[in-house]
Amino acid sequence: MTPALRCVGLRQKFGDTVAVDGLDLEVERGEVFGLLGPNGAGKTTTIRMITTLLPAPPGAIQVMGRDVARQRTAVRRLIGYVPQQLSADGTLTGRENVALFARLYDVPRAARAAQVAAVLDAMDLTEVADRPSKTYSGGMVRRLELAQALVSAPQLLILDEPTVGLDPVARDGVWDRIASIRAATGMTVLVTTHAMQEADEHCERVALMHRGRIRAQGSPGELKDALGPDATLDDVFRHHTGNALTGDNENGGMRDVRAARRTARRVG
Amino acid sequence: MSALPVAPPAASVETEPGPLAVARTVASRIATTCLVELQKLRHDRTELVTRAIQPALWLLVFGQVFTRIRAIPTGSTPYLDFLAPGILAQSALFIAIFYGIQIIWERDAGVLAKLLVTPTPRIALVGAKAFAAGVRAVAQAVVVLVLALVLGVHLATNPLKIILLVVALLLGSAFFCCLSITIAGLVLSRDRLMGIGQAITMPLFFASNALYPVQLMPGWLQVINHVNPLSYEVDALRGLLVGTSARLLLDFGVLLASAAVMIAVASALLPRLARG
Ligand SMILES: Nc1ncnc2c1ncn2[C@@H]1O[C@H](COP(=O)(O)OP(=O)(O)O)[C@@H](O)[C@H]1O
Ligand SMILES: [Mg+2]
Repeated sequence: MTPALRCVGLRQKFGDTVAVDGLDLEVERGEVFGLLGPNGAGKTTTIRMITTLLPAPPGAIQVMGRDVARQRTAVRRLIGYVPQQLSADGTLTGRENVALFARLYDVPRAARAAQVAAVLDAMDLTEVADRPSKTYSGGMVRRLELAQALVSAPQLLILDEPTVGLDPVARDGVWDRIASIRAATGMTVLVTTHAMQEADEHCERVALMHRGRIRAQGSPGELKDALGPDATLDDVFRHHTGNALTGDNENGGMRDVRAARRTARRVG
Repeated sequence: MSALPVAPPAASVETEPGPLAVARTVASRIATTCLVELQKLRHDRTELVTRAIQPALWLLVFGQVFTRIRAIPTGSTPYLDFLAPGILAQSALFIAIFYGIQIIWERDAGVLAKLLVTPTPRIALVGAKAFAAGVRAVAQAVVVLVLALVLGVHLATNPLKIILLVVALLLGSAFFCCLSITIAGLVLSRDRLMGIGQAITMPLFFASNALYPVQLMPGWLQVINHVNPLSYEVDALRGLLVGTSARLLLDFGVLLASAAVMIAVASALLPRLARG
């Protein structure tokens, strides 16, 4: 069986900035895979290429065996995507937010209401479903976004920094939902984060990304064991990049700080 | 936990959609966006009221005063009647121009990315936005028209004319909405767009026949008036609502063509907006 995702030699430049620099990646079906790296490493750019938001040459990216450049619409139907920012529509209720995406993914009318209710329930939002989502906490908005991404029953769920800006309890809530989604559907999950600790706990396999490239890949256990008995993923990252997690690309840092501020403002 | 929907083993559509499938998607997305726009209006009715304040002032102050002093010759039509369709078009213009600012906000907030990742052709997204602007404009028009009636403007009640009025508002709003999205796609930042938006909406309004008959304009202004789609929208609205002589066929032809061109241009610029 073809892997859920295969990237070969991905490259993306913005002016003089090389955001992704020859990235190879393979995600197996049914796993929770973590793409790890500091701000500015190129995680979001990689995700934007996989999700068809940025152009990729033919042959560079395959989702479930389909080429992103040639079968763009088919690939879009296979993907569920939650961007880094908190992006639900605050004026609509939770249910309306999810129903909108059911329509945008052409969920048949007969199945729509039940499917919307099911994903809201799975994300524990049934009780607040008919309230405007601007009244939700940050963690609830994230779960609402998961519901939006799930309502089309995607095969590859892509989450860009799903826990950034959330408090520890909300963070655990999001990871718990990711685990239960995977258990219930066998869906493949690709998640980016710069929180090594979280990835260590919740991902089966991880890839460490630095300056547009993958520097190491494997299960968190393997990677740590290779380094020594008490090693953390942070140590592994430093070992492979010669860098601490902080102070990578300053530009990327700024962009993310701005995004986080916006997110914070929306969450209140 | 209730059962999550599970995907069918293979994606149902493997090849890129042909023109027919795209047309179907466009229709379906327009219906969806229309529904969402109405849902938003229902949640925030105050917007209808706040957006009615400006047209109300134009009609109440400007309209009443100029009717009384008879400064603008409008023949047998009272000036207030002449003005009402112009103010209707103006309020639709302001609503539509706002959509470019909205799409930049949607880009910054990640909403646009989420929409673009759905199996929706760019042209359907833009077409849906254009239609949404029209829906808002029509909802606003109801408020403005009620106000005009209260002020004693004689309005047509012929259902056919009302339908044509709605069509004219939809087309005009589609054009200005997509003009604004196009500028957003060119300048890419909200601040610059706000500046440009302000710099063009007022001239569009004043260089049209919304406030005064074309014959009163100096020659150079008449030229601008002739290439300004707002003038054709006003001409149609005025002909339909208060029964002035209007070139309806020309008006609708120009509105339809300019809306179609602008939707195409805005769709072409949408990927640039998403990339920026
Ligand atoms: N639209 C863009 N225009 C210019 N530079 C960009 C753009 N998007 C990302 N970059 C740059 O590309 C690099 C990688 O950014 P990004 O993919 O957002 O990293 P990450 O998600 O890992 O924090 C950074 O240097 C960032 O400044
Ligand atoms: Mg990022």
